[in-house]
Amino acid sequence: MATKVLMEALSPTMEEGRLVEWKKKEGDTVSAGDVLAEVETDKAVMDLVARAGGTLLKQLVTAGTTVPVAEVVAVIGQPGEEVAVEKPAGAKAAAPAPVAPPAPAAQVAAPAAPAPSAAPQTAPAPRPSERIKASPLARKIATERGVDLALVQGSGPDGRIVIKDLESARSGRVAPTAAPAAGAAVAMAPGEAYRDVPLSQIRKTIAKRLVQSIGPVPTFYLTTEVDMERVWDAREALNAGGRKGAEGESPKISFNDIVIKAVASALRQHPACNAWWQEDHIRYWNEVHVSMAVAVEEGLITPVIRYTDQKTLRQISLESRDLAARARERRLTPNEYSGGTFSVSNLGMFDIDQFTAVINPPEAGILAVGTIEQKAVVHEGALVPRRRMRITMSCDHRVIDGATGAAFLRTLKTMLENPLALVW
Amino acid sequence: MPTLTYRDALNQALREEMQRDPDVFLMGEEVGVYQGAYKVSRGLLEEFGPNRVVDTPITELGFAGVGVGAAMVGLRPIIEFMTWNFALLAIDQLVNSAAKMRYMSGGQVGVPIVFRGPSGSALQLAAQHSQSFESMYANIPGLKVVMPATPADAKGLLKSAIRDDDPIVFMEGEMLYNVKGEVPEGEYTLPIGVADIKRPGEHVTLVCHAKTVAIALKAAQQLEADGISAEVIDLRTIRPLDTAAIFESVGKTHRCVVVEEGWPFAGVGAQVVDEIQREVFDELDGPVLRVTGADVPMPYNKRLEKAAKVDADKVVDAVRKVTYTANS
Repeated sequence: MATKVLMEALSPTMEEGRLVEWKKKEGDTVSAGDVLAEVETDKAVMDLVARAGGTLLKQLVTAGTTVPVAEVVAVIGQPGEEVAVEKPAGAKAAAPAPVAPPAPAAQVAAPAAPAPSAAPQTAPAPRPSERIKASPLARKIATERGVDLALVQGSGPDGRIVIKDLESARSGRVAPTAAPAAGAAVAMAPGEAYRDVPLSQIRKTIAKRLVQSIGPVPTFYLTTEVDMERVWDAREALNAGGRKGAEGESPKISFNDIVIKAVASALRQHPACNAWWQEDHIRYWNEVHVSMAVAVEEGLITPVIRYTDQKTLRQISLESRDLAARARERRLTPNEYSGGTFSVSNLGMFDIDQFTAVINPPEAGILAVGTIEQKAVVHEGALVPRRRMRITMSCDHRVIDGATGAAFLRTLKTMLENPLALVW
Repeated sequence: MPTLTYRDALNQALREEMQRDPDVFLMGEEVGVYQGAYKVSRGLLEEFGPNRVVDTPITELGFAGVGVGAAMVGLRPIIEFMTWNFALLAIDQLVNSAAKMRYMSGGQVGVPIVFRGPSGSALQLAAQHSQSFESMYANIPGLKVVMPATPADAKGLLKSAIRDDDPIVFMEGEMLYNVKGEVPEGEYTLPIGVADIKRPGEHVTLVCHAKTVAIALKAAQQLEADGISAEVIDLRTIRPLDTAAIFESVGKTHRCVVVEEGWPFAGVGAQVVDEIQREVFDELDGPVLRVTGADVPMPYNKRLEKAAKVDADKVVDAVRKVTYTANS
């Protein structure tokens, strides 16, 4: 007699769980109590354990699939036993990672000649947002009482929250936001422009709570001070010779060029910060396109240096000069100032010590770069003058958690303090 | 208060109104000598004579038209259809003449007429004689549709209908004629367009009319045993619809089931559900469900007929769904 393994409600408010990883393979012998899989609930990653012994005959969902509570995810039985169970209807596989050109490409693409009888091209649809099902009355009362419906277990059909589910819920009795997990690894397959990652339950809750707290882009700031002595020396050395290339006479490399290069390299190591908030999912970019804020007469514009991480300092320098010049002449095309994945804003030339920059949505981060100035610092045990620069990163907390941003900033600082790494 | 049958309450209303107003007259098939196919006009020929109780040939369109004409020149005709199934032949007079005359004459010519007769299914009268057309008539601007469920309501509403200055479709329940109830004596009228709470309750509103009122009350009794308190609202008038009463009740119970004898498509319940979702959406704790007759011509076969009709069990099932107390 085969036993169905159900997605269990592993937390009081769980409506669905994402099967993170199977711990048993099909064909494995399992006994009651064995961990079959890891399941991410709205609060944490928990174990889904076997309720019966036997052989794991069939896994009905693949890792990464989100499954409503009480749907069958696997079958345990005797070897060779026939299993007639359908794949859970409510299971939502993780959104496929569409390989698409950066967004701006679409904006400049000439309208294609209409192909007669061609099916309308459908854009890769983001995973539909997981809306909370609640009766109108439940929604009204929840609003009045300040109850977060995301944290209420619905007892109606398809988990619909009805008024009786709210009767126990009281104002303010919402679960505290879980501590942000440190920078989750964002694995990227080669060749992908980006990967769309469905929002995990915890990500959804964080996003919702933060937006309620401080506004549509819940921003926090991280500041660090970078020792720029080596960059200073490196820049002098790089600019000393002057150099001719295919592009002609090289301009002098600016500190900003070096910062941009370092940011791009650091983003390559921290894809979690190279991302777009997309309301119902997060788009982690595999490509690094750094936007640089340029002051122009009537405001500012952020031209994009494409594939920044793949370019040499010299290329970045040439390109940033060209973009900045044309920005001031208002001769940029829209694709040149959109589609960035992270921004850099530099007010160092205005003698600003440090500042906070405003995030350029949907990007999740921007780095504000202050001036380089000599300061008395303790270096190798002695109080000495050193050239220092303060950088402040603004992070969209829905995408980037404190530890994630801090790790990125640490890498960036290390790179700037050891600039040889940039030309490596 | 005397106890009367629904039939006798109607008879009393007719008699009292004919006594009160000499312009009131009754016309239809078998209303005189035979005293009505359902004996609603018993004794009226004797009391008021053949000028005011007129037997007609089997010509629904004809005598409906005579009635409209009489109303236009100032009389107050009561046109009895032997059943509303037969009134299909007269529908042009109801829809194109009675309902529109006041509008098309720029308000100069009203049509104070009552079309009345039994409606709905009885027992094994089969497809052509087991129909509920209230939603069809209620669809017509210019017609009021009145459907009493109890003897007292039958009397009070028929008296008001006869006094109303506009055409009224007055549908009686074929299975209700023998129902008994207390009926106030003498002058007793009920306003048209006002629903009645037949049973107060807290957890779910049952909106019903005519024959389904008894069904809803029976369902409410069954539900009470399970701790579900149902409020039964008898619409009494389909058009104008007493939306205020519905909204007030749904605002209290937050759940609603609409019960009607007729077919589901574009039925009375469809209109009720529309009003509710539009006006008191935020009061709803669940979808509003409908219990209707099956979407088929009424089967003659006894078991199939039973299956096609609304009953208390079907109402209970719907209530269990909207109160999230389904057993399954």
